[in-house]
Amino acid sequence: MTVSIGEIYEEVQPSDVAPEGGQIHGPRAGWKLALSSFVENRLAVAGAGIVVFFILFSFVGPLIYHTNQNSTNPINAFLPPSGAHLLGTDSNGFDELGRMMKGGQAALEIGFFASLIATVIGTLVGAVAGLLGGVVDAFLMRIVDVMLSIPLLFVILIVGDRYNGATVFSLSIIIGIFSWLVSARLVRGEVLSLRVRDFVFASRTMGASRRHLIYKHLIPNALGVVIVNITFQVADTINLLAILGFLGYGLNYPQVSWGDMLSNALNYLSDGYWWVVYPVGVCLVLVVMAFNFIGDALRDTVDVRLRRR
Amino acid sequence: MTAYLIRRLVTSLIVILGIALVTFLMTHIIAPSPGRAILGDRASRAAVNAFDNAHGYDRPVWVQFGSYLWQLVHGNLGYSYKLNQTVDSLIAENAPHSMWLSGISVFLSIVIAIPLGIFQAVKRNSVADQAITAAAFTAYSMPQNFLGILLIGFLAIQWHLFPAEASQSERIIPYIFAFHSNFLPIATLTITAVAGYSRYMRSAGLDALAQDYIRLARAKGLTEPTVLRRHLLRNAILPMVTLIGLSIPLLLAGNLVVEYLYNSHGLGLLFINELGNEDFPTVIALTLLGGIATVVGNFVADVALTVADPRIRIN
Repeated sequence: MTVSIGEIYEEVQPSDVAPEGGQIHGPRAGWKLALSSFVENRLAVAGAGIVVFFILFSFVGPLIYHTNQNSTNPINAFLPPSGAHLLGTDSNGFDELGRMMKGGQAALEIGFFASLIATVIGTLVGAVAGLLGGVVDAFLMRIVDVMLSIPLLFVILIVGDRYNGATVFSLSIIIGIFSWLVSARLVRGEVLSLRVRDFVFASRTMGASRRHLIYKHLIPNALGVVIVNITFQVADTINLLAILGFLGYGLNYPQVSWGDMLSNALNYLSDGYWWVVYPVGVCLVLVVMAFNFIGDALRDTVDVRLRRR
Repeated sequence: MTAYLIRRLVTSLIVILGIALVTFLMTHIIAPSPGRAILGDRASRAAVNAFDNAHGYDRPVWVQFGSYLWQLVHGNLGYSYKLNQTVDSLIAENAPHSMWLSGISVFLSIVIAIPLGIFQAVKRNSVADQAITAAAFTAYSMPQNFLGILLIGFLAIQWHLFPAEASQSERIIPYIFAFHSNFLPIATLTITAVAGYSRYMRSAGLDALAQDYIRLARAKGLTEPTVLRRHLLRNAILPMVTLIGLSIPLLLAGNLVVEYLYNSHGLGLLFINELGNEDFPTVIALTLLGGIATVVGNFVADVALTVADPRIRIN
């Protein structure tokens, strides 16, 4: 890990760093710079826009666009899009657009909850391994190696099959407790490289306590990678959920996820009911892509903040 | 270099041991007494106990783990009570199909992704680069099942170009030569892999292009194709070796989705079918096999990288 002069200055006295292009940085310039570089990235703004749109679509949409998602009526099955059903109805007679909103709720909720659980576990394990080092580190990292080698999808399917009764809550927990490994590795790596940085040495030489080092230097500096990883984790979780639902291990009826809808759609692919197939798939791609855009941009932002360009 | 390889081998073996421990514990927690599962709900407790005793399921856990490992070392992955067949024979029946499907897809995606990524790196920020990046990003963000649905919906149902189902041949030779039937499964796996690989290839290419040896090669008057082939490609290709090793779990998962989607014989379809049957010995053995494949893949990638990159050999 190379350390540039800029990084050390940033920690010691941010205002001492020569402003670039005639800009004058205040004490919070790092974050302002990060924000402005994020906003400059048009894809990231588009991504954020898409995410906001889908949050509104899934959670506020049902308040405006009232549909009956609880009782079915076979007479209404496969109605094409019309004024009453903007995107038609599915094989059970449920309004497709309303169902997509419901599936969107599940995708976003599970995406956030599972990523949150994974990140909390991963950050704790990574920080402990990185800070304590030695035997603890070796032991924890071998566990991570082992679990990373076992195909995640297989394990989640087996656990989901054995303890069925899939709800948003249980799926979040199952996915969360099996996907903390990458963030654990990232945080450990970050902590290890931060520990030997000059600004941490400087702080320690000046008599900073362990607590001060952790809260003032390690956590704020490792936070960037964690946040970037959360974004990718949400995208991966939504993708994984789509595959679980597709294989028949998604949410239990009458709850619904986009993957369940795709699985159902596959049966009617040759019947010309395009409205039960493509809109939900497009939603999936858009949401996952939006989170990937945001993740990419955030990663660049974090890098820029560190390198000060 | 030998010391490094030996150390790497030992770590791999430890990880495989860890995987075996995890799969053993999974079996133990999920299906501790196969007796009840096999003999049914109406079997008497005595019959279940007798079964467990006869098959050694009443021994202490660590003894059971020891015998599990002993069997694994001898290549015995267990017995599927649901199919009344050894897991080994199930794998022997299904593995060739999966290996062919993943093998040809990985081969094709490497052949496509490397030139594509290099092209993008050389023509960076051109319209073509941006179009390819956009396409790759879309494919990368698309769950494989939806990609498959799109391919089936348009290529199979709308335009009747390819069948919507993979070749149903149980024998491997006809399966291998059924290119027309297997076009869609192979395309689905390949498109996803190309989307992932080409992004890395592009950035590896960009990194390599910024190096001094490229400038030197150009300065001494080499033609651009020679620079690209001899200096850029050889260096940019190195991260790909690791990436391919690392992508094995994704390939396994991809096989699961693709084999289910196109109803193709193989380990992925076997996994899904047996999961529905609650045939835990089989699905857990397949998980173990997936884990071992991943470790072996990473190890082979590391060895290949050591052979390919002299800088690692010296260190």
